[in-house]
Amino acid sequence: MSFISLLWVLLLGSLLGLELIGKVPPTLHTPLMSGANAISGITMLAALTLIVKAEGNVPLLIIGSVSLGFALFNVVGGFFVTDRMLAMFSRKPSNKK
Amino acid sequence: MNLPVIIKFVIDLLAVLLLALGIKGLSKVKSARDANRLAAFAMSLSVVGLLAYYLGTSGIAIQSWIWIIIGSIIGSLFGAILAKKVPMTSMPETVALFNGCGGMSSLLVALGVAIFPISNSVENLDFFKSLINEVSISVSIFVGAITFTGSIVAMAKLQGWLSTPGWTQSKVRHFVNIVFAVASLIAFFDLINGNTSSIWLLVIVSSLLGIGVTLPIGGADMPVVISLLNSYSGIAAAAAGFVVDSQLLIVAGAMVGAAGLILTQVMCKGMNRSLVSVLFGGSLSAQSTASSGSGEYTNITSCSVEECALTLEAANKVIIVPGYGLAVAQAQHTLREVTKKLEQNGIEVVYAIHPVAGRMPGHMNVLLAEADVPYEQLKEMDVVNPDFPATDVVLVLGANDVVNPQAKNDSSSPLYGMPVLDVQEARTVFVIKRGMSAGYSGIKNDLFDLPNTSMVFGDAKKVLNDLIGELKDLGVGEK
Repeated sequence: MSFISLLWVLLLGSLLGLELIGKVPPTLHTPLMSGANAISGITMLAALTLIVKAEGNVPLLIIGSVSLGFALFNVVGGFFVTDRMLAMFSRKPSNKK
Repeated sequence: MNLPVIIKFVIDLLAVLLLALGIKGLSKVKSARDANRLAAFAMSLSVVGLLAYYLGTSGIAIQSWIWIIIGSIIGSLFGAILAKKVPMTSMPETVALFNGCGGMSSLLVALGVAIFPISNSVENLDFFKSLINEVSISVSIFVGAITFTGSIVAMAKLQGWLSTPGWTQSKVRHFVNIVFAVASLIAFFDLINGNTSSIWLLVIVSSLLGIGVTLPIGGADMPVVISLLNSYSGIAAAAAGFVVDSQLLIVAGAMVGAAGLILTQVMCKGMNRSLVSVLFGGSLSAQSTASSGSGEYTNITSCSVEECALTLEAANKVIIVPGYGLAVAQAQHTLREVTKKLEQNGIEVVYAIHPVAGRMPGHMNVLLAEADVPYEQLKEMDVVNPDFPATDVVLVLGANDVVNPQAKNDSSSPLYGMPVLDVQEARTVFVIKRGMSAGYSGIKNDLFDLPNTSMVFGDAKKVLNDLIGELKDLGVGEK
């Protein structure tokens, strides 16, 4: 992948992000932040790449593994916590019916 | 193009699409929960795609598998446990902690690649390519470190483990931070020049910069900072994407970075603060000590729970204004019991939610939803403000700055211009509060001096419990 096309990817990704969050009700600010935060743990892919390409280099394997741990802590925790928050909103209407 | 490449390409494309749909769905109440799951699914899909790609091309060594499994199990386990155990009131600091760890992850990846260049980046290293490689490593380390230390400081401050040191409120802090910033810039250029040892300097100074920038910021502004740091962790992820040549990482990182920035902007608007003043203005209380010298209350009316109950019984319309004090006292369930009684007596009850009630926008909604308050009873500020003149009783529970009329009347007040709830328009206002201490901003609240305001002193939960008892005695809600 050439650098220029990666820059295009960066640009289009940013525009997409700007466009996606249009009008958010204040109620959802915290869950949205927490959900977006979980997505930022996508660096786990970079950590995985590092481990796969380490080729037996133990210090690098350890760094990759720790990095993967941190990223997954972010991802798994982030999604669970967001779900817990959102579960409280969705419970309401069904209770009333 | 061989098969693994095609498969990875398709999976990446699908993952990006699902992530975008996930973020989009998260901004609507109805679709939010499914959207969150969709995003989680997209993330796992991307992992499967990556692993399948390597299995199909270079293969994955047993040793790598072992380290992958160790890292994943430990990280996921801790994440899941914390997410299940943490009380809803500590949500903002939890998000900060998760966020910091995401930044740490990007930092470590860049560090690993910098110290031990991985195979594909040493091949055909022409000048341009190695330059890009070093720039993206530096950016990833710089942003990752700031995200990590900044988030940890934010968490510690929200938890009350760290207070705001005095020196951070003086002009010295700007000087200190400029020194850190310049030092990281020097390390940055040194690193690009090929001096690998300066990487440690970069790690250290950017970590210090993260601390130095976050430490002076007051608690009220913390949500904005967390949101901004969240945006940073996206940028760090995108930078790590350049390091390991992953388009998916770049797209997802950029998406989170941009979305986080917008969210930060929205939050700033709700608090009537500009991002610049949040970041460089220090905490509000420090600025206000000079301007609010007339901090003496002259006309405080204190009243008993019994009087409060009597007034409530006679009311037709009651508006509840919950604030962080309610959350701290864990009184949302008790509050719900009180309002249930009132409703059974035919009294109309509405909750007025200020955009920044609690510690984070939407935080109060989450807490009240936890206590089974119907979603329709939660009214946003703009909707509820015209209703106050027609309201008999307003109960202010642990809220302070968001009901301060100074924000409208006193142009010299640091709060001036912040959108507030016009509770003083109601017939009677009860403020349930532990003592006369000031709110987050450290500013005197003119509301407490008004003739139609009565203070009920005590812990929110205890007062509400007493209130239930009094209402019972009056026969409210027994029908």
